[in-house]
Amino acid sequence: MKAGIVVFPGTNRERDMAIALRSVSGHAPKMLWHRDVTLPDLDLIVLPGGFSYGDYLRCGAMAAHSPIMREIKKFVKRGGYVLGVCNGFQILTETQILPGALLRNAGLRFLSQDCFLRVENERTPFTAGWRKGGVFRAPLAHGDGNYVADDATLGKLEAEGRVVFRYSASSGEVSPGDRDTNPNGSMDAIAGIVSSDGRVCGMMPHPEDLVDPLMGGADGRPLFESLVEAFVR
Amino acid sequence: MNVKQKTVDAELAREFGLFGEEYAQVLEIMGRIPSLTELGVFSVMWSEHCSYKSSRKWLRTLPTTAPWVIHGPGENAGVVDIGQGLAAIFKMESHNHPSFIEPYQGAATGVGGILRDVFTMGARPVANLNALRFGSPENPRTRQIVDGVVRGIGGYGNCVGVPTVGGEVNFHSAYDGNPLVNAMTVGVARQDRIFLSAAAGIGNPVVYVGSKTGRDGIHGATMSSAEFDENALAKRPTVQVGDPFIEKLLIEACLELMATDAVVAIQDMGAAGLTSSSVEMAGKGGVGIELDLDAVPQREPDMTAYEMMLSESQERMLIVLRPECTEQARAIFEKWELDFAVIGHLTDTGRIVVRHKGNVEADILLAPLADQAPVYDRPVASLPFPEPTGPIHDPVGLEQAVIKLVSCPDLASRAWIWNQYDSTVGGQTVRRPGGADAAIVRVEDTSIGLALTTDCTPRYCQANPRAGAAQAVAEAWRNITATGATPLAVTDNLNFANPEKPEIMAQLVAAIEGMGEACRALDFPVVSGNVSLYNETRNPDGTTRAILPTPAIGGLGVLTDVEKHVGMAMPESGTLLLLGETKGQLGQSLWLREILGRETGDAPDVDLSAERRNGDFVRKQIALGAIAACHDVSDGGILIAVAEMVMAGGIGCELEPPQSGMRPEAYWFGEDQGRYLIAVAGDGQELMREAAECGVASRLLARIGGAGLTLPSGATISISRLRVASEAFFPAMMSV
Repeated sequence: MKAGIVVFPGTNRERDMAIALRSVSGHAPKMLWHRDVTLPDLDLIVLPGGFSYGDYLRCGAMAAHSPIMREIKKFVKRGGYVLGVCNGFQILTETQILPGALLRNAGLRFLSQDCFLRVENERTPFTAGWRKGGVFRAPLAHGDGNYVADDATLGKLEAEGRVVFRYSASSGEVSPGDRDTNPNGSMDAIAGIVSSDGRVCGMMPHPEDLVDPLMGGADGRPLFESLVEAFVR
Repeated sequence: MNVKQKTVDAELAREFGLFGEEYAQVLEIMGRIPSLTELGVFSVMWSEHCSYKSSRKWLRTLPTTAPWVIHGPGENAGVVDIGQGLAAIFKMESHNHPSFIEPYQGAATGVGGILRDVFTMGARPVANLNALRFGSPENPRTRQIVDGVVRGIGGYGNCVGVPTVGGEVNFHSAYDGNPLVNAMTVGVARQDRIFLSAAAGIGNPVVYVGSKTGRDGIHGATMSSAEFDENALAKRPTVQVGDPFIEKLLIEACLELMATDAVVAIQDMGAAGLTSSSVEMAGKGGVGIELDLDAVPQREPDMTAYEMMLSESQERMLIVLRPECTEQARAIFEKWELDFAVIGHLTDTGRIVVRHKGNVEADILLAPLADQAPVYDRPVASLPFPEPTGPIHDPVGLEQAVIKLVSCPDLASRAWIWNQYDSTVGGQTVRRPGGADAAIVRVEDTSIGLALTTDCTPRYCQANPRAGAAQAVAEAWRNITATGATPLAVTDNLNFANPEKPEIMAQLVAAIEGMGEACRALDFPVVSGNVSLYNETRNPDGTTRAILPTPAIGGLGVLTDVEKHVGMAMPESGTLLLLGETKGQLGQSLWLREILGRETGDAPDVDLSAERRNGDFVRKQIALGAIAACHDVSDGGILIAVAEMVMAGGIGCELEPPQSGMRPEAYWFGEDQGRYLIAVAGDGQELMREAAECGVASRLLARIGGAGLTLPSGATISISRLRVASEAFFPAMMSV
């Protein structure tokens, strides 16, 4: 799997992502700079977490207009695979590659804690390593992760099976109104979605920070294993 | 303050914080009346904050060396050998005064400042910790300060992408008008790529990088060297404003530059900004420096030389470069979209010369500015004897006392705070807050783990500064040991009130002596630190309120094989043992304060040889794999330590009866030092035999398992009841 990780000024989880990709795929990803206007030959581009451009104006808003995002839009049109985590998800919604928006957390505070995610659709290149209904743990760390979309968009996402992860209890029970299990208040407890062709995935929690039992668990590995599997097929 | 029109005289000098003979000394060094800018330079360099004039005499007595110490105090941060050619670089620093005036920015810029002290030496910051003391929870202002400080630390640390992995919090009315915010950063560098601040190479360019200079924070160092009065909030303009985004870029750009051979010397512009960085770099290198302020990147028009030299605008660094590398360096900072300006060069004159708009605004011989900085041997009173503990009776019994203690402000769950700090960014956090007695962070691409903690029990220090400070060092050492790591060195942050008062000076001196004694006995040298004095508030009626003496200790230990560490969560089965001797000392205990409402008695005894013996035994047993979990016994005594292990693991235990011949409350809640709870497989007999052979007292404490904490009476406190009690305090205080 040939992967690249985009570094914007203020990106801060690029190293975590590189460690996760390397540990699962055996290959070090390429680091891409926000001003790059040509992309190397890649299977997967990752937009990692952080505070691109300081998150000034609005999270992800300035990154959405950076030179490399023009190339990434073309990459997506060509059918390339993109994973956006946390700030990366915010950038994907700001560029409208993915629908909806991420507002301030419902409690108006930055949240850093483990959450549980239920896998809603296992037939995507990002989730094939789980079974439907499987539950895994992932750290989350964000101030703006409260997913919102209009009813039409939500209806479409659900109908097309594009909600891939939902915040849940460890039992898998989903209660959107419960701040213990849906900490940022996301609509329908949505934690991650994919594009209509299933090739672009955005999610708020950080599976890349839980790929090593030493760090408290390897719950996040199936996501990266799914991707590796998708590209050897 | 409009200083442009002011005449330089003794009165203005006093306004700038130069007292007594100090101004006369300035006149003598200068041989003339100094310019306004020159007076500003003297006043900040000779401020308590920059010169340590009240504490230096005593700080010299601290042990600062060991075979593993690479750089001790005197550099921007301490440096120790952690193996495999790597070094840990760390320091703790206070931002107390600004955090009272403007909690968010005060705390945020505290984090920013300490990060720069560490990465300026070539280290990538890998962990942040913070030691916080707030006023009484009942005081409405406390909630505001807690909110601002926690948001500020999170807002800065989360954005720069350095995990905040640990720290401590206390509440006491003595901090009502003067909270303490002590921030610690730990970084890692290759031992052969450590950067120092001594300038060298006559003619070499002096380069300014980072943010532009504005009018913020002028005289911040002077402000933090004076006590507060009722007009404290009027000092808001002296508080700096931080930009963590710029700091993140500055970290990356500096580390990229440091991977080349371009840097001769580098220092951050912290307290007293351009003044202290240029004076210290040139002074340490024994060279002169000439600055052209017209070249300084400026945020506002018409800034004077005085303002630029004293501004404490954040996120700025001063670098001496090899001249042939200037363009290479410029390209790196342009890539990161940061200002880069050559603002001067080194000279052989031994003087600092500051030019602005064609005028020489300052021209000072550097040697006397440093060498003749005032050092005071301030009068020291004798310390009062601690108040007797007084009669003990137990009005509530064990069960109620446990619930009351786990829910009290000094022991309640800190999750409300931790959950606002990103503790996992970097992907190397092995133990997050609450997982072990010290946070554990792996050094990327190695098997090395760093064990990190901050500790101080201010109520002990108030009762007995010497024992209290020794206890703070011992507890840091013990917390590191309880994970299995080998303690290496400490950074200290000495927070005290007005040193001009002999009774406060007595606290400072005794605390330094106690620290020194403990550091020597435990081979735990002091490699960096910070002193924050004048932490007291003047009431409108003229009386003053001093903080509790708070010598906060930041400890660092190392695990050669990070896999071989233990946490504090109760395992599923086995036996819980108590190591170390129990005398049942209730003086200054939390039980006494929370149950009997008294802050009386002496601090517990600190027996440093027992501390060492017990700790070395625990560390050896963890390395052998004989211990499944370990937790030190500290605030609240044995029973609270057990309750904390139960809550962390979600596994209960059944307690054995207390030691005979001792009051139950003294046994269960006494705060004797040097003790550990260890969970072992089986019945624990073999480990107890081995402990006896090593001269370590041990005792069977509980059988592990069950639905809760079962007391010797047979009554069980469920895990959920413990957790509900422990988790209630912060949300309740903050949601009022």
